Amino acid sequence: MCVAVPGEIVRVENDGTAEVDFGGVRRVVSTALVPEVRPGDFVIVHAGFALHRVDPDEARQTQELFRQVLDELPS
Amino acid sequence: MNFLRDSGPSGPELISGLVARLRAYRGPPVAIMEVCGTHTVAAARMGLRSLLPDGVRLLSGPGCPVCVTPVDLFDQALYLAQEAGVILATYGDAVRVPGTHGSLGGARSQGADVRVVYSALDALALAERNSDREVVLLGLGFETTAPTVASALLRARQDGVKNFSVLSAHKAILPAMEALLQDPEVRIGAFLCPGHASMVLGAKAYAPIAERYGVPCCVAGFEPEDVLVGVLRLLDQVQRGEARAENAYPRAVSAAGNRAAQEALGRVFRRVPARWRGLGEIDGSGYDLRPGFAPWDARKRFLQGIRFEGWEPPGCRCAEVLRGRIEPPECPLFARTCTPQQPVGACMVSSEGACGAHYRYRGRADG
Ligand code: SF4
Repeated sequence: MCVAVPGEIVRVENDGTAEVDFGGVRRVVSTALVPEVRPGDFVIVHAGFALHRVDPDEARQTQELFRQVLDELPS
Repeated sequence: MNFLRDSGPSGPELISGLVARLRAYRGPPVAIMEVCGTHTVAAARMGLRSLLPDGVRLLSGPGCPVCVTPVDLFDQALYLAQEAGVILATYGDAVRVPGTHGSLGGARSQGADVRVVYSALDALALAERNSDREVVLLGLGFETTAPTVASALLRARQDGVKNFSVLSAHKAILPAMEALLQDPEVRIGAFLCPGHASMVLGAKAYAPIAERYGVPCCVAGFEPEDVLVGVLRLLDQVQRGEARAENAYPRAVSAAGNRAAQEALGRVFRRVPARWRGLGEIDGSGYDLRPGFAPWDARKRFLQGIRFEGWEPPGCRCAEVLRGRIEPPECPLFARTCTPQQPVGACMVSSEGACGAHYRYRGRADG
């Protein structure tokens, strides 16, 4: 039930919705819970609502984090 | 592209490196609970249990929404659909959960108007299209789903939609984690925290639990790499004798979470004691509609003064599965009389339920 899917904002409408591209499939989702989104943003969508705007910097941190885990953990 | 997957580091060499790290763990024995149903599925699919070093156990937690919803809630929904004659809208899994007198799906085949919706907004639209009928949404789920229902209710009030209401079974995940830590029969050494509910709550939300109970917490994503890194971060804390709230899923979860979603939750719901299947009543763990939303509260509108007993299916051990006390195959009904096609208990219905996940991936040295 908790399936949240990432997609890219294609167009923001002025009625609190946006068109989101999920790898080629487009759907209209509510942006009521992420009012600040703009076209080109990646969002995570759950149950018809965008719930999180992916911050590209935070996304990049993942790379570092994983490297760290691989290199630094004592074994 | 799948941004979450493709922006994460990946590749077989990363995975094998992480697995080697995991196998090399020589710290104290520990039981890690994966709180969230999506982690239950991810762990089963990748055969995580077979990769764990000696002394490290993985317990499935209470994070499958339909699994923790007590039977009488489904009885209430069934009553609304059959006796009160409403259009009962809910999410796919909830339709198949056995209630005391059968499932919503069974009622539908006997003529009750039960509709599966993807979003709370779909249920609201259903009400707008059927202005001569009452539409009730059986709303369940944790902090991932509850804000979406809150948002739909705010819309309904703003637009003056009067034939829409919500039967709220929404739950707060943090009080359940605390309740499990206080249960003397359950020994949890670390929490793998949910990726999705944390989008709303924020990774910092687990800090009080980590500090108060000395239990390491780490938010993790759902790709195999994510799960491995989450487990490794937890083991690192265990080995060092630390207990912090960490975030191994920064590409989807921020420290403070989603403010707008938290605000919507607070405006529409108040926290009340709530009963969980398996865990009993937990203080402050339920999201009930605020008095200001009484006109949209299905409980107040249709169910006042009616008692629902809620009998658990005989023989089902969901209650113990949900607390991490037994593994699904230890239930005598598992894969015998209880299968995803013919579920006896809620934990087998949902793909996120521990029994359902174990059943599906039985071949992977995991079941
Ligand atoms: S296998 Fe079926 S009957 Fe047994 S605990 Fe799981 S859901 Fe209940």
